[in-house]
Amino acid sequence: MFILFSAMIVIFSILTVTSRKILRAAVFLLFVLVSTSGLYFMLNYQFLAAVQLTLYAGGIVVLIIFSILLTSHISQNFESSGWKKNIFSAIAALIGAILSVITILDYRFSATTEAAKEVNMTLIGKSLLSVNYDGYVLPFEVISILLLAAMVAAIVVAKKGAPKTIGLPK
Amino acid sequence: MNSEIPLQYFLILATVMFFTGVYGFLTRRNLITILMSVELILNSVNINFLAFNRYLYPHKLEGMFFSLFIIAVAASEAAVAIAIIINIYRRFSTINVEDVNEMKY
Repeated sequence: MFILFSAMIVIFSILTVTSRKILRAAVFLLFVLVSTSGLYFMLNYQFLAAVQLTLYAGGIVVLIIFSILLTSHISQNFESSGWKKNIFSAIAALIGAILSVITILDYRFSATTEAAKEVNMTLIGKSLLSVNYDGYVLPFEVISILLLAAMVAAIVVAKKGAPKTIGLPK
Repeated sequence: MNSEIPLQYFLILATVMFFTGVYGFLTRRNLITILMSVELILNSVNINFLAFNRYLYPHKLEGMFFSLFIIAVAASEAAVAIAIIINIYRRFSTINVEDVNEMKY
């Protein structure tokens, strides 16, 4: 199962960054995100897998596809960037990946022996709103302010260039 | 079920995904595909956090909440980025990063 999910993630993420058609790239990204949520299910984080499915696969990908449809033609291919840029980017990415993999394989991870915690909805909700030692109320509030700011910013930025003739008060 | 899969496999998978995103970020010229590469990078970091949380610190929840907040940040980032992209498209009629070269308001 893990092999299936990881093969899907690797293949579709490579297709996402190399596909010549932009809408196909978006659909490949959707596949990557869905198989990532499968990995979360394997790790027993059901809540986070559901969040991944709804927010990433349902929200962000739909937003990206909408903006693709607004800004470009579906059948339009991009011209390929220069081969020099491609090769140097690939070398940089490969060297980084090889260094990271060597470091990962070298390091001895030591797991704790404490019992695993059951992650259920009650626990998540309680620790999101608790002010105790393992409570997360401060990042929760900060993220809510960030979301509000992002919402206002998106509206303000997107409506700035609107034509002036529509809706002018007399 | 996940006890027989070593932690290193998850980390290597996340590494491959991260550097695929970096490659896309460096080679793409369309703003929307650059945004998609950034989503790939954020997603691979999420996998790392969750694997560390499950394998090394299963009695805590830090990794899970970190991933939750990363997802929220990614969502707001995508919203603002797409607003900016639509505005750029209105002004320049293109979203190619090399044709958009003036910042004058």
